[in-house]
Amino acid sequence: MASKDRLPVVPSRLSLQQMKTKYQGASKGHSMLKKKSDALMVRFRAILKEVYEKKLEAGEESREAMMALAQAKYAFGGELKHTVMETVKDATLTLKTVSDNVAGVQLPSFFKSEAEPGEDGGGTMMLTGLGKGGESINDARDVFTHTLELLIQIAALQTSFLILDEAIKLTNRRVNALENVVKPRIENTKKFIESELDELEREEFFRLKLIQNKKERERKKAEGEQAKVANNVELLTPFNPDKFANPEKATDLIGVAAGVDEDILF
Amino acid sequence: MAPGGMLLFNTDDGYLEAIIRGYRAGILSSADYANLCQCETLEDFRMQLTATDYGNFLQNEPSPLATTTIQEHARKKLVDEFRAISTQATEPLATFLDYLTYPYMIDNLILLITGTFKEKDISELIDKCHPLGLFDSMASLCIATTPEELYREIVVDTPLAPYFAECVSLDDLTALNIEIIRNTLYKAYLEDFYQYCQKLGGATAELMGLLLQFEADRRAINITMHSFGTSLRKNERESLYCNFGELHPEGIMRLARADDRSSVASIIEPYGTYRRLWSAAMDNPDKNLEDAFFEYEVYLAKQAFDQQFHYAIFYAYLRLKEQEIRNIGWIAECISQKNKSKLNKYIVVF
Repeated sequence: MASKDRLPVVPSRLSLQQMKTKYQGASKGHSMLKKKSDALMVRFRAILKEVYEKKLEAGEESREAMMALAQAKYAFGGELKHTVMETVKDATLTLKTVSDNVAGVQLPSFFKSEAEPGEDGGGTMMLTGLGKGGESINDARDVFTHTLELLIQIAALQTSFLILDEAIKLTNRRVNALENVVKPRIENTKKFIESELDELEREEFFRLKLIQNKKERERKKAEGEQAKVANNVELLTPFNPDKFANPEKATDLIGVAAGVDEDILF
Repeated sequence: MAPGGMLLFNTDDGYLEAIIRGYRAGILSSADYANLCQCETLEDFRMQLTATDYGNFLQNEPSPLATTTIQEHARKKLVDEFRAISTQATEPLATFLDYLTYPYMIDNLILLITGTFKEKDISELIDKCHPLGLFDSMASLCIATTPEELYREIVVDTPLAPYFAECVSLDDLTALNIEIIRNTLYKAYLEDFYQYCQKLGGATAELMGLLLQFEADRRAINITMHSFGTSLRKNERESLYCNFGELHPEGIMRLARADDRSSVASIIEPYGTYRRLWSAAMDNPDKNLEDAFFEYEVYLAKQAFDQQFHYAIFYAYLRLKEQEIRNIGWIAECISQKNKSKLNKYIVVF
């Protein structure tokens, strides 16, 4: 357990408490990010599927559109391109962007919005090929409009796809960081603090034991000596008036005697 | 009675008629089309075309061939042939041939006018114009900045000026829809051309009458069909119809009041030709009315070759060649897009 794997803390009950709170926070964050990642993943898969289908469809559509254009050229003549290009004034289709929120990630979605057919903007185009080829030109226009819608959808999906991809990577990185770095580090710190505290406790206990032993020893020694002295004194020393001169002891004696001796009247 | 006269036709126009008949032999046959349809790539297509009258017209083109290049070269060949004839023509054939170039001129002029409105560079637009419709004062269009100037300086010198003068007033030029101008000019042109052909008389009048009447009717039907759902008003629509044709006057009057496709169908019901074309287009989902019209046009044009000593053969040749260029473009497009399912849309000429 290298020291760099834990946070620099002073091992104390306070910091242990702090670590525990931190650990809880990290776990909560981890589970929430995990959920976010799962939610994004679900969306990601859905989009992936949709993009795939739409792209296939778009390929098919574009082929059809090009065919319709060829048909229009067949009916109108080769100058169709120039005629159309010169009559175009404004864009007839524009995009509207609306953003959609998935688990805190902003996903753009595009919608086509048809411009108001102006004085002659829409009208001119509608009348192209009035004399000949109009039907094929209208067909081509319809097919191309449809293809364009499809491309718009693909664009929206593709953009969402990239953004989601980025977001999922970020979230997963965070989840992994929490799981593999932050949480073990806090755990290590906790263990370290706990072991340090245990160590301190053991030391304290040992110290107390030592002191107790010493005291015991001292007490025993003292007791033995006292007994020896008492024996010796009682046997050897002459009467010591001081021993009885202490008034407290005297009253004590009486008190003691009072509780025990029935013959004493007061 | 000059052009229709069997007696004197060959003095002036016999040579040119012979040339046209020679050109006609160069039109792709159904065997050629069958070969072209077998091609897998545009390179094969080019190879296949060298075996035909086109020769090595694509020889100097760099390898990834575009369908537009093929069409452009085919068109260039037609233009060369047409120029060769028109330079040799004497009156009145020369005027007749000039008439044939007017539709292209109208298209070019319209393109240039649109360009002028948008303040585009005219010299850039001139490259996009159809070579048959070029006219002398075209380059000077760049100096015209306003529609009024455009008319006074340029259009007035072109053969289109009378058409312009009678149908488009100067005030209209700015406000009016460009497509309507185009169709008005076309109408004026067709009417004028019809008059001219009738004046020539003989077989020319007869055959050109058929062809131009069909053209007028086709335009009337197309315009009616395409104006549904657009901003084109009924009186505007009526003013775009020609004053001759098989449908004129009764069918035209009723077309002017038509509101939807089914009413158009009922209007053309009494006319055998158009009824047949309509039902042909309705029965076949791959074909629309315009395809049917193209087919009928080819049929009429082919008939023009059955008679001799008349001018309609020049008109018919131009139409058939145009159809051939369309066919080539279509087949090339199908090959380059690898979509063979619709390949059979082309119309075999001979």
